[in-house]
Amino acid sequence: MTTDARPLDYGAMAKEAGLTAFVVLMLTIVLVGFELRDVPGALALFTRFPDVLAACLIAFFGRIAVILLREGYRGAVVVGAGAAALLLLIGLLPETLFGTATAREYAEAYMPFSAPVVRWCVFAAAVFLAVRAALARRSVRADAKSREAAADRAGATVQHVARYAGPLLGLCAVALPVALGHDQQAMSVAILVMTYIMLGWGLNIVVGLAGLLDLGYVAFYAVGAYTFALLATTEGIEWSFWVCLPLAGLFAGLAGVLLGFPVLRLRGDYLAIVTLGFGEIVRVVLQNWYGFTNGANGISGIPRPTLLGLSWEEEAPEGQMAFWQWFSKNFWEVQYSATHEKIFLFYIILGLALVVNWFALRARRMPIGRAWEALREDEIACRSLGINPTNTKLTAFGVGAMFGGFAGSFFATSQGFVSPESFVFIESAIILAIVVLGGFGSQLGVVLAALLLIGLPEAFREVKDFRMLAFGLAMVGIMLWRPAGLLAHREPTVRLNAPGKGKTP
Amino acid sequence: MSRPLLEVEHLTIRFGGLVAVNDVSFAAQDRQITAVIGPNGAGKTTVFNCLTGFYKPTVGRMRLLHAATGREFLLERMEGFRIAAEAHVARTFQNIRLFPKMTVLENLIVAQHNTLMRASGYTVLGLFGYRGYKRAEAAAIDRAKYWLDRTGLTERADDAAEGLPYGGQRRLEIARAMCTEPVMLCLDEPAAGLNPRESEELNALLRFIRDEHEIGVLLIEHDMSVVMEISDHIIVLDYGKKIADGTPAEIRNDPAVIRAYLGEPEEAA
Repeated sequence: MTTDARPLDYGAMAKEAGLTAFVVLMLTIVLVGFELRDVPGALALFTRFPDVLAACLIAFFGRIAVILLREGYRGAVVVGAGAAALLLLIGLLPETLFGTATAREYAEAYMPFSAPVVRWCVFAAAVFLAVRAALARRSVRADAKSREAAADRAGATVQHVARYAGPLLGLCAVALPVALGHDQQAMSVAILVMTYIMLGWGLNIVVGLAGLLDLGYVAFYAVGAYTFALLATTEGIEWSFWVCLPLAGLFAGLAGVLLGFPVLRLRGDYLAIVTLGFGEIVRVVLQNWYGFTNGANGISGIPRPTLLGLSWEEEAPEGQMAFWQWFSKNFWEVQYSATHEKIFLFYIILGLALVVNWFALRARRMPIGRAWEALREDEIACRSLGINPTNTKLTAFGVGAMFGGFAGSFFATSQGFVSPESFVFIESAIILAIVVLGGFGSQLGVVLAALLLIGLPEAFREVKDFRMLAFGLAMVGIMLWRPAGLLAHREPTVRLNAPGKGKTP
Repeated sequence: MSRPLLEVEHLTIRFGGLVAVNDVSFAAQDRQITAVIGPNGAGKTTVFNCLTGFYKPTVGRMRLLHAATGREFLLERMEGFRIAAEAHVARTFQNIRLFPKMTVLENLIVAQHNTLMRASGYTVLGLFGYRGYKRAEAAAIDRAKYWLDRTGLTERADDAAEGLPYGGQRRLEIARAMCTEPVMLCLDEPAAGLNPRESEELNALLRFIRDEHEIGVLLIEHDMSVVMEISDHIIVLDYGKKIADGTPAEIRNDPAVIRAYLGEPEEAA
């Protein structure tokens, strides 16, 4: 079992593990070590130094385990991590199983950290280490290149499956409201995830295809939402959803082109910083242009979309009919239910998202899509081939912004209320994270990432405190193991020979 | 002799106080290979960057003539990408610039961007499966196939360009430039890093381009076996100045050229 083990350098090992523990100490001493709590009448400072100590110890021994694993001492890691996992399990189980007060007291006394989720995470990490050590066939020190190649192969397999899985997933999405029945909460989550999938696909055109790192995508989402809100609520205009939606999209696209003009001369990091700035400018303008946007109070009373003039309210406004009344009259008797509207909204966002997906897949095979990719690879070579770099970038930016605007107007109508608070930088970061996590340019990856980043936290709402922590962990993990994203593989847009038949030496 | 394809007059390029190219005039003919040679730092690539719009000349005129239509282009007044798109001057780079993650075939299709853009109704018609675009794309693939055959890359058409061996990447860059249907092809050290056999193949390819496609080829090269064998006309630059201009035989015996390359003899022989 330890045939491929290398001799250990204990000093170096202790040094490395100590350093890791020190970093953890520095990170946690302020964030975890001190806690401000609301006691009646005032704020009080509490300390949680045992938790800090526990975190440092876990980091120390975890690091040692990783080093041992790297050097080929798998047996030791299996035993150590296994024992740690077992101990944790003994501590964790009584509370979870019985949930009695004594069990909880016992857990409080003997376990670090107060939240069960964190304890379970530590347990999961120990199990992971043990299993990893037990299963590792060869030394874990695979070089980065072969790992990347393996990731690419995995991505390629997924892409081949995607040809069938994509439509299948689409069907699942169409059938989703039927399956979720009348669970209004679940439908809300589904709508939210779908919105982020759409935003991810939209941003994927800009970042994944054209390679323009846009940190201010939420600005176009905001422009779309506010355009919609203002068009739909301003007295004298008050156009319906189906008129405002394309207008909002076009306006956001226009905003994208206008912002793009000065910005797109920059590349890479510089572009990212400037788009970030523009995103904030848009938000600050929305917040302070009181007469036009109603400032921080936002715009409320945005009408819901109608289905061919049928309202989704229980009591339809004058001159309209409510959906449930119309349905009862023409088909069979139904009761009014708020989920009808949710289901309708879900289908709207599904349709919009599929339009974006269709466009992205289709555009890749168009000259413009190839030019976007070429521009991402080498701008100078593009110029030497007569491709206008400014126009090409602007179209990518404008199209991405337009889709952001569509999503924004959907957001406005589904919430019935918009305010600058919904368009803060963290939204841009989340959308970008979805794209990065999924793998640049991968449509299926975006779906997966959106489910992971938006769906899971919503499903486990009670542990929302740890959302950002999990978010950060996921990002670090991705950067370590799959730097190109979960499903990163580029499928050629055109082939001379059918795939698999090309004879390569 | 008819009017030349390219006339460069009094070309001067200054970077601040440094005069990279100093009052250089020359002409390049259609259906000829014109080589620009000179020691390192003589300003050869700078001249190229000017011709292809990457730099703007400080002084000078560059006139390109399309023999077929009689149209004239003043390159110094054109925006970079327009020189390739409208005047049809194509180039390759000293340090290869392919689209590494895209396949060999895609590299050649991207080169036909402007034609395909028009055929796809600026993407709008193409998105909805317009027939004319499909035809245009098939034609583009045919042209790409033709050049793949010519450069011996057909076998690797569906592989990522970064996976090609060095010589293959050089040939692909030439194929990509030719896919833009140029009237003048500017090659910046195409033989750099090639072995003798590959150099030989390159010579054959360049002759083929000159004779069959009847375009002018402008060539920067250090490899004298390539230069002397295939050039019809040679221009020698040294310290940004033109020191000689003539046929290979004339250049070989030009005392100024020998001095530039071998240095001043210590005592007159």
